[in-house]
Amino acid sequence: MLSRVADTIYWMNRYIERAENYARFMDVNFNLSLEMPPDASEQWKPVVVATGDWDLFESLHKTAEKKKVIYFLGFDKNNPNSIYSCIVNARENARAIRPEITKEVWEQVNYLYYLVKSGVEKKRWQSKDPRNFFTEVKKGCQLLYGIFDATISRTDGWHFGKIGQLIERSDKTSRVLDVKYHILLPTQESVGSPLDLMQWAALLKSVSAYDMYRKKYGKLNSSNITQFLILDTDFPRSMLRCLLQAEQSLQAITGHAEGHTNSAERRLGMLKSQLEYADINDIFSNGLHEYLDNFQKKLNEVSVAIFETFFSIENIMNRN
Amino acid sequence: MQKINFDSYETTGFFDEMFDGDKKVRDHYSLFKDRLEKINWKKLNFLQHSTDRAQLSLGMTFNVYSDNQGIERILHLDIIPRIISGEDWDFLERGLTQRIRALNMFIDDLYNDQKVLKDKIIPKEMILSSETYLKQCIGLKPPENIWSHITGTDLIRGGDGKYFVLEDNLRCPSGVSYMLENREILKRTFPELFEKLQVRPIYNYSHYLRDMLESLTPVTPASIAVLSPGTYNSAYFEHAYLAQQMGAELVEGRDLVVKDDFVYMTTTKGLQRVDVIYRRVDDDFIDPEVFNKGSLLGTPGLFRAYQKHNVVLVNAPGTGVADDKAVYAYIPRIIKYYLGEDILLPNVQTYICAEEKDCKYVIENIHNLVIKQTDASGGYGMLIGPKSTKKEQAEFVAKIKHNPRKYIAQPVINLSRVPTLTEGSIEGRHVDLRPYVLYGKEIKIIPGALTRVALKKGSLVVNSSQGGGSKDTWVLDNNLKE
Repeated sequence: MLSRVADTIYWMNRYIERAENYARFMDVNFNLSLEMPPDASEQWKPVVVATGDWDLFESLHKTAEKKKVIYFLGFDKNNPNSIYSCIVNARENARAIRPEITKEVWEQVNYLYYLVKSGVEKKRWQSKDPRNFFTEVKKGCQLLYGIFDATISRTDGWHFGKIGQLIERSDKTSRVLDVKYHILLPTQESVGSPLDLMQWAALLKSVSAYDMYRKKYGKLNSSNITQFLILDTDFPRSMLRCLLQAEQSLQAITGHAEGHTNSAERRLGMLKSQLEYADINDIFSNGLHEYLDNFQKKLNEVSVAIFETFFSIENIMNRN
Repeated sequence: MQKINFDSYETTGFFDEMFDGDKKVRDHYSLFKDRLEKINWKKLNFLQHSTDRAQLSLGMTFNVYSDNQGIERILHLDIIPRIISGEDWDFLERGLTQRIRALNMFIDDLYNDQKVLKDKIIPKEMILSSETYLKQCIGLKPPENIWSHITGTDLIRGGDGKYFVLEDNLRCPSGVSYMLENREILKRTFPELFEKLQVRPIYNYSHYLRDMLESLTPVTPASIAVLSPGTYNSAYFEHAYLAQQMGAELVEGRDLVVKDDFVYMTTTKGLQRVDVIYRRVDDDFIDPEVFNKGSLLGTPGLFRAYQKHNVVLVNAPGTGVADDKAVYAYIPRIIKYYLGEDILLPNVQTYICAEEKDCKYVIENIHNLVIKQTDASGGYGMLIGPKSTKKEQAEFVAKIKHNPRKYIAQPVINLSRVPTLTEGSIEGRHVDLRPYVLYGKEIKIIPGALTRVALKKGSLVVNSSQGGGSKDTWVLDNNLKE
């Protein structure tokens, strides 16, 4: 398939996945803010920090108030990663590759576009309870995943889309986990306190992991939660599971069942192995934040390698 | 709720396609009228609303150039169809076939033997001095000697209902996706209208188009691409639509490279050959090595590959010379010259400002004429005499005097009218008609067309960039009897 088209599908799916994740973050954090004890301050800054756009936020706003954060992450055109921007970009991408996708996929992307456009027009961030909006976005994205899987042939385009989605998902799970690092508990003794556990529960919900985690472990415990979100091989949003699936799609594209012949396969294979052989205690003793930070860097290198291997026209010309 | 009726519908002053002068319904509209009158107003308005929504959901949107970026519009689809009798259509088919055959012979002649110039059928300097005559194309021999494989001729009907050709559109005519999607939308929103009317089907256009493109190359299976300027182009929806319908690759100039005079697409698995390009990029922009040097939309070397017959371009570059508005006036003579036949589908009478006598007449009668710039389209660069101010007329006179070669004039033709849904009623609105003609080994005309309608009351300008809309166009079968 055309390199540009592959690149465009890859990013279309990343944008949709990002929008869905942001919608969930905000829904969950809004819930959490309702349960906070009156003496604890609301925690909206960590959500922004987790998205990696704190610098931009700070340059636009003085304080991380609820409404400002909701606007910035949900509706702000100046934030290239806001839900609004992601959906607009996803739609532009879908339009550019219209012949590659089905009418059903296109119509759902278009539906999402009109949803966020009207959200901006109606200033939904000002409403008392913006959760309905985020729920609609989340469901709209999830419906799109379903339509994408149910109507698109399993050719390279589908696999490139899948890789984009899985890399984004894995990145977002790692960032959500990192939120805990940025949340300040009142005192050190609060670890294991009801407030602490409430935050861990919220964190699981942010990546739709609460139910599946409960089923597996029953009780909330920081070590198990971290294990579950990083290393679980069954949960579809764990960092490792995402990489395993992305690798399958990459192999379907290159036709290599074994062995790594290009830099994309090599980089992804290395990162996956690192997780496969990781031990949760080592991760904690070396520092969870540092571990996640490093993971995000390496994941970014995978994305770059995919670009260079499949999308870069210079590289294609040099190979021929 | 009140049912629809035509009691207060005005038909005076113009040719109305549904009613005759005594307001008697025309035969080919009568069954349709019975059916429409069974529907109530509320439902009709609801259906019109659903139609708008369907268009948005399908992404049938475009940006108007003069608008602020980011404003998307739909081409308003009026839910009341325009109906053409089978008899009229069969005549149009004959007329178009004749015209397109002659025009292709004419273009081929201009770039090769130039017999038509030597025999002084058309002034030599008019062609050779024209910007639309591409010197780079001299000596070219496209497959089957056909230059314009896809044509979208603009037709109008005058006061007595007679059909005229208004423009030939031999370059990259657009709108066919609207013809196809309008039908799909109408079938879905208004199925009861179609019953028993025997509307000729048009769905196989994309199939014919692909057949035609394949017929131009000996390579099988042929690798076919639609070349688009990209998503910001106002006709992008159509480029994507046709690529998808034909199962062709939708490419932009940056997706193509020319290597050893062959054209390739850059794919995730390396370079892949392209045999036929249905290009929707204007001549001037297809290859910066040969035409506009600053073009970012094209591919360097594309024209060279074409000259060596390593790729087919559809339409061929250079066809613009024959749909120049000044050349238009000579078409009756051109048809006679190449085919020895009289023109079937007449031209609108045209005054050529480059000719002294005509120019004088135009300047004296500017208030009664439509003035058109020969190298503009889309309703831009024109003056409608009777609707213009003295100041505007004076400006055009100055422009004509400055560069007469650039202007032609035609009498104002009161385009025919078709019932159209307006706020709360049905009123007559002016329309034109754009059928699409394919020409590979033979000429194929799909029995349908894009009807463009001037939505503003009294307006004669149907262009989408100037507030026009569209209608589904039904060609009925001949033997319609009930």
